[in-house]
Amino acid sequence: MTSLALGPATPAATSHAATSHAATPPGAAAPATPAAAATRRPSEGSVHSWDLSTGVDGPGTRFVTFLSGCPLTCLYCHNPDTWKMRNGRRTSADSVIAEAGKYVRFISASGGGATVSGGEPLLQPVFTGELLHRMKHELGLHTALDTSGFLGVRATDALLRDTDLVLLDIKSWDPDTYKRVTGRPLRPTLDFARRLADLGQEVHVRFVLVPGLTDDPADVEGVAAFAGGLGNVSRVDILPFHKLGEAKWQALAMPFTLHDTPSPTPERIAEVREVFRAHGLNAV
Amino acid sequence: MNERAWKGFKGGLWRDAVDVRDFIQQNYTPYEGDDSFLAGPTGRTTAVWKAITDRFPEERAKGVHDVSYDIPSTITAHAPGYIDRDKDLIVGLQTDAPLKRAIMPYGGWRMVAGALETYGYPVSAELEKVFTEYRKTHNAGVFDAYTPEIRAARKAGVVTGLPDAYGRGRIIGDYRRVALYGVDRLVEVKREEKEELNTLPSGGRSLEETIRLREELAEQIRALGELKTMAASYGHDISGPARTGREAVQWLYFAYLAAVKEQNGAAMSLGRTSTFLDVYLQRDIEAGLLTEERAQELIDDFIIKLRIVRFLRTPEYDQGFSGDPTWVTESIAGMGEDGRPLVTRTSFRYLQTLYNLGPAPEPNMTVFWSPRLPQGFKEFCARVSIDTSSVQYESDELMRPRFGDDTAIACCVSAMPVGKQMQFFGARVNLAKTLLYAINGGRDEKSGVQVGPATGALTSDVLDHDEVMAKFDEQMEWLANVYVHSLNVIHFMHDKYAYERIEMALHDRDVRRTMAFGIAGLSVAVDSLAAIKYARVTVHRDASGLATDYTVEGEFPAYGNNDDRADEIAVWLVEEFMRKVRKHPTYRNAEHTQSVLTITSNVVYGKKTGNTPDGRRAGEPFAPGANPMNGRDTHGYVASALSVAKLPYEDAEDGISLTNTVTPDGLGRTPEERIKNLAGVLDGYMASDGFHMNVNVLNRDTLMDAMEHPENYPQLTIRVSGYAVNFVRLTREQQLDVLNRTFHGSL
Repeated sequence: MTSLALGPATPAATSHAATSHAATPPGAAAPATPAAAATRRPSEGSVHSWDLSTGVDGPGTRFVTFLSGCPLTCLYCHNPDTWKMRNGRRTSADSVIAEAGKYVRFISASGGGATVSGGEPLLQPVFTGELLHRMKHELGLHTALDTSGFLGVRATDALLRDTDLVLLDIKSWDPDTYKRVTGRPLRPTLDFARRLADLGQEVHVRFVLVPGLTDDPADVEGVAAFAGGLGNVSRVDILPFHKLGEAKWQALAMPFTLHDTPSPTPERIAEVREVFRAHGLNAV
Repeated sequence: MNERAWKGFKGGLWRDAVDVRDFIQQNYTPYEGDDSFLAGPTGRTTAVWKAITDRFPEERAKGVHDVSYDIPSTITAHAPGYIDRDKDLIVGLQTDAPLKRAIMPYGGWRMVAGALETYGYPVSAELEKVFTEYRKTHNAGVFDAYTPEIRAARKAGVVTGLPDAYGRGRIIGDYRRVALYGVDRLVEVKREEKEELNTLPSGGRSLEETIRLREELAEQIRALGELKTMAASYGHDISGPARTGREAVQWLYFAYLAAVKEQNGAAMSLGRTSTFLDVYLQRDIEAGLLTEERAQELIDDFIIKLRIVRFLRTPEYDQGFSGDPTWVTESIAGMGEDGRPLVTRTSFRYLQTLYNLGPAPEPNMTVFWSPRLPQGFKEFCARVSIDTSSVQYESDELMRPRFGDDTAIACCVSAMPVGKQMQFFGARVNLAKTLLYAINGGRDEKSGVQVGPATGALTSDVLDHDEVMAKFDEQMEWLANVYVHSLNVIHFMHDKYAYERIEMALHDRDVRRTMAFGIAGLSVAVDSLAAIKYARVTVHRDASGLATDYTVEGEFPAYGNNDDRADEIAVWLVEEFMRKVRKHPTYRNAEHTQSVLTITSNVVYGKKTGNTPDGRRAGEPFAPGANPMNGRDTHGYVASALSVAKLPYEDAEDGISLTNTVTPDGLGRTPEERIKNLAGVLDGYMASDGFHMNVNVLNRDTLMDAMEHPENYPQLTIRVSGYAVNFVRLTREQQLDVLNRTFHGSL
């Protein structure tokens, strides 16, 4: 996936092989509920991991499912280990829902919900749709879809009806820059954003600020003007670039080209925030 | 006289009998607003606090600021002392000067002499003669009655931290009684209570019990008289009730001060005083006698006094519990039984001291959390936590049904109704080591000495789960027996030689007593058992056949991921050890309870424990309290916390401690959402039956910088298992342990 402040936690470095395997994907050993199994064929997806996070993957404390596989190859991605679908673990929707179910009591009291993230969840639209549907209707949780929008066309209206909030990454306004950052064209993301606006779907836009890459004033202004014009964007997160994911690139033996890129200064972040605010957006 | 002091107060029950709770319920004003009314520090407050903090660097460097080395401390032993006689609003110090520590030899002479030698003070030959020849001490009594088995278990570190060489503490006098009733009335009640015992035996008590109680009541009455004398030396007559807010704070503080002059108990907690004092402050504010600024100033001055309570301790003690903890725990908020929040403006004022005076570990601010608390208070607590990391939270919803709504925490997580219940504190046993004893047939994995029963060492190369469990059961059975036995000896002797006269004078006569057992190494033992059960654990033995290391192959579920396969082992272990402890009779028929708490001693326990089958290396610290092992909780702190929340409070009624450290970014992106989210996390945890959460909101970089430049961080406070410490006063090992502990939300 996409933005920097999101994504699966880095597995803590442990000195012993024995302990590094403790994290298993949801319900690896949990049996599917007999009722569910009897009534329909449970869908399966490729899941990287799950995690509970607060305040970074949508509002409040959330159960976040990270799916494997992403069509983008963002230069600053801090979860390159989620790029390949084959690196995920085949996991049934039942077992993800069973795992999330353990947190319903907590989340009901704390405020929050469930987020389907990745990787790019829309690379597995049927599985993602089932997760969102069941998180919302079986578990009664507020649902969020965390996406780059590149595959927005694969999101059915039904999937979006089961989604309370879309966390949409717009990585650049300039098509060339977008291509350079992600390896893909910008257009599908903008189309998806307009479709969400037409549907009146609540959106949080995320914009990763990378010095020398995405911080060109015209570029920032473009994203801000576009987002401000949509009318359904309730919040914009300006996410400062960081390099905490660099170790993962090294572990995967992939070159991390932003090694020498600094994090943006607090002043620059504040300026960019103001650009978005000038378009009537709640930028934080 | 009483009627003048009680003018405007409602209700009658509390007038006729000593009943502080009734007084509070009839008279307090719940506050459901936010923090906007609070006042900052006055110039006087800032000046007094600076006069004290200026002495901290030297105290930290030397270990002590000064010691009153030749006067055994009693309630009246020392002349009055002041920080600044003209500026102190609330007066009274433990000795005749601030930060000057007293000696309290009734607990044991050896510790006094050792501490004096350590810090370079003369050891009085005369006092040595008194406390070794003429007057027996608690410590001497305990060692007279210890069995060889207890000594061996103690030496090996399988039973640790026993209060046999220091004051047991964890007794909370109801210090409010002095303010509400004055000392004379309390003496009168104690006399009546004593007279009821004039026939022998009395009221179903045995002959010995009756005589012991009569003597104790006589001591209590004597201590109350000394309390009055001590207050008089500061120019206050506390024979009658307090008449103003300032007097109420002062009377209450004198009572507490008497306790810390007499006892150096490990935890000298304050109780639940903020809402009580609020009645007085509110009355004065309504009468135009106090402004908000002056009310806050009184509380600030009181808190300054609580922050400088000091005890003279040995370096060995500090190694386990460093940073000079005194556990002046103050319990704040919670919900009343009638559904009104016990939150008042003074609840806010106590927390406000963390801004007015800066962060500090003491007093140990403890909020009784309920999802039903007013939102304004919840958000203020969250804000204070985010800004100071100085607050701990305990579940009001778990405690109120068991203990009622006038309950306070002693030490870290031990709940008790104020003035009605006390505990016999029992430190903790090392369950991780006990598991190693199971594998080694009772031989200690470090020394090779036979400490536990010779149950026969396991001989297979790969550990068999059923075999380990059978042996573990036998070793735990033995341990429970030795443990209960040792606590019975300790508390018999503590009552006999170092009785808490003033603290017990501020209790009802017939108190509920608990004996508080504890377990350490829970997560190591659980993960080891999970490894043995779900993975393949191969044993490596030395030439003498002693198992000293393990290789783990394959995956196993770890405690701390909300995975029942591991968490069920933790639940079982808590229940099972409690069950075994309950089999053995206790001194004074105390009820058995148990805690899962280590404070900072997880580092020392780890040091004393060899390699374990979960892959932990010899000497590595345990996780603190009930925390999962560092780095094995890989799904975020909520998943980790919910594993801990599964531990059954009914089998750990002395408390289950969880410490969470989260980065600010791990709570959200803006200050407002961090506050809201942290309050939400606390709601969620308590709604999930979680008991206790220490909350640290810190960046790792801050701690690393503080290790390198302690002088820049004199007040950096962090919460460890059950209390808070100045980070810079931890040993380096403990600092590293805190750093290595799972930082949640760093990415």
